[in-house]
Amino acid sequence: MNLAGKEIILHDMSLRDGMHSVAHQFTVEQMVALATALDRAKVPMLEVTHGDGLAGTSITYGFGRHSDEEYLKAVVPKMRHSKVSVLLLPGIGTVEDLKMAEGCGAHTVRVATHCTEADVAEQHIGYAAKQGFDTVGFLMMAHMIPAEDLARQAELMVSYGANCIYVTDSAGYMLPGDVSEKIGLLRGRFAAEIEIGFHGHHNLALGIANSLAAVEAGANRIDGSVAGFGAGAGNTPLEVFAAVCDRMGIITGVNLDAIMDAAEDVALPIMGQPTRISRDALILGHAGVYSSFLLHAKRAEQKHGVPSRDILTELGKRKTVGGQEDMIEDVALEMLRARG
Amino acid sequence: MPVNCALIGSGNIGTDLMYKLLRSELLNPVWMVGIDPQSEGLFRARRLGLKATDQGVDALLPHIDRDGVRIAFDATSAYCHRDNAEKLAGRGVKMVDLTPAAIGPYCIPPVNLEEHVLAQEPNVNMVTCGGQATIPIVHAVSRVQPVEYGEIVATTASKSAGPGTRKNIDEFTRTTARAIERIGGAKRGKAIIILNPAEPPMVMRDTVHCLLRDDPDEAAIRASLLRMEAEVQQYVPGYRIKEGPVFDGLRVTTFLEVEGAGDYLPTYAGNLDIMTAAAARAGEVVAAQFMEPAVAEASR
Repeated sequence: MNLAGKEIILHDMSLRDGMHSVAHQFTVEQMVALATALDRAKVPMLEVTHGDGLAGTSITYGFGRHSDEEYLKAVVPKMRHSKVSVLLLPGIGTVEDLKMAEGCGAHTVRVATHCTEADVAEQHIGYAAKQGFDTVGFLMMAHMIPAEDLARQAELMVSYGANCIYVTDSAGYMLPGDVSEKIGLLRGRFAAEIEIGFHGHHNLALGIANSLAAVEAGANRIDGSVAGFGAGAGNTPLEVFAAVCDRMGIITGVNLDAIMDAAEDVALPIMGQPTRISRDALILGHAGVYSSFLLHAKRAEQKHGVPSRDILTELGKRKTVGGQEDMIEDVALEMLRARG
Repeated sequence: MPVNCALIGSGNIGTDLMYKLLRSELLNPVWMVGIDPQSEGLFRARRLGLKATDQGVDALLPHIDRDGVRIAFDATSAYCHRDNAEKLAGRGVKMVDLTPAAIGPYCIPPVNLEEHVLAQEPNVNMVTCGGQATIPIVHAVSRVQPVEYGEIVATTASKSAGPGTRKNIDEFTRTTARAIERIGGAKRGKAIIILNPAEPPMVMRDTVHCLLRDDPDEAAIRASLLRMEAEVQQYVPGYRIKEGPVFDGLRVTTFLEVEGAGDYLPTYAGNLDIMTAAAARAGEVVAAQFMEPAVAEASR
């Protein structure tokens, strides 16, 4: 694999996907500290939103310690290099929330749908594009459908105004071959000005390998989080990926020493406990279950006494999609009843 | 004599509603209005003896008086409903609005249907499918004790969500959230909608969370929920409390499943059924008023 000289954009997820790791409880100070450390490392983009996107604060997904607006207003003015993105899931957040993010100075809007449901994003992608945002269509759980079907959904998002399409491995289930095929098909399908991105989870420890496969197949935006932040077993470990890129001659513009410091000295002390590929995280990756379900399943285990591994396996069988966190307690109760 | 009515919109909801109106003893569907000549709904309407047009609501206007249309059910989209309502205003046609436009007051039959009819509203809004399924539950809790916050998650099979619903997804969340407050009785409301493409399609399910101000009176809440479940079952037999209520501190959570009657789409599409069944019920109460002016007069 010779990728020397390729230029890619690293997009940090620690402050958004990483919200899952801390049950959406970052203090504003913690968020600003980590954001400024990443900014010092010249990470070109970072995302600041509730783990489940704008307006994700809820009983279902967990109430944020602060509102999206409070976090954005604290972080955006402090950034000297990094551009700030927000995530929005239609059905949870609305165009009103995008207007709020606009007022806070967000640069990029990423509109996320399940990989088969791109047409619910027309309002939001259309609005973001019209307002001149860098507008990204984010196709979640991309492992669940064949590449050609994914490409058709991507075409819808581009037709609404997206200038970048993401293949999102929400379950950390994809293998490098699957990533190559899907990214490669999308890259070939669109004109060069449409960028292609990959968002990984490290549940099968494939975050780095999958991200390299994505770059090789033509992706130029790669998501990751530092210090193991991110749902499940974390996103692609970003400081590690930056080091790998450095070794391979892939140009990221990121200061490797500074991102290692951000991970070790700033991010790690904020985490409750260090991330590892736990049995539950491995089940997510092996069975293809949305990574954010992990901590909710653990809570259901504590409250109802049904093992989280059984809950997660069942959720995989039922082909649940991102956002269906409310199924976790439902399934736990059903299993409890079945056991008498 | 049943009251003549028109269906505007020939998509999933309009077509499903047609079957329910055809079964009604009080309502007689005579027109279906669409905009797509290839529409399956228009084809079915003609086959079942309705007059049908693919030229939109303008094509219906000349026939309103001749065909005695007194009630119109609008199953188009929020944007179209504003136009349609304007065009039908002043023609003496009562509107039952199945879009999230919500020009008229919200109507959740087991909570406030009679109220609107007695108030002679020219236009009632049926909120959203998720609202019809969940707001009775929020109300069942709030009639026992104060609900500070009500949150619902409505999950439906992708196949049961047509293009109108998809284009209107923001309107869905906003309208449902507001109705959780106004009709459900929660101080603050939030609504989430999820589409799931699993095959075979999943039956519509909803989760209803209520955060109470004070410790729950568990027995009273349970009893109230069961009463409400029975009331909704009168017009949607496949409606049931699947799990719960779960009591967790100040949180009360109820899990619902809504199986449809299988009129147009198969039974998984409970979201269609609860909407159309609620609209048909609203239409029947309005119709009863047309039929018995003396009764309506006396009630004032």
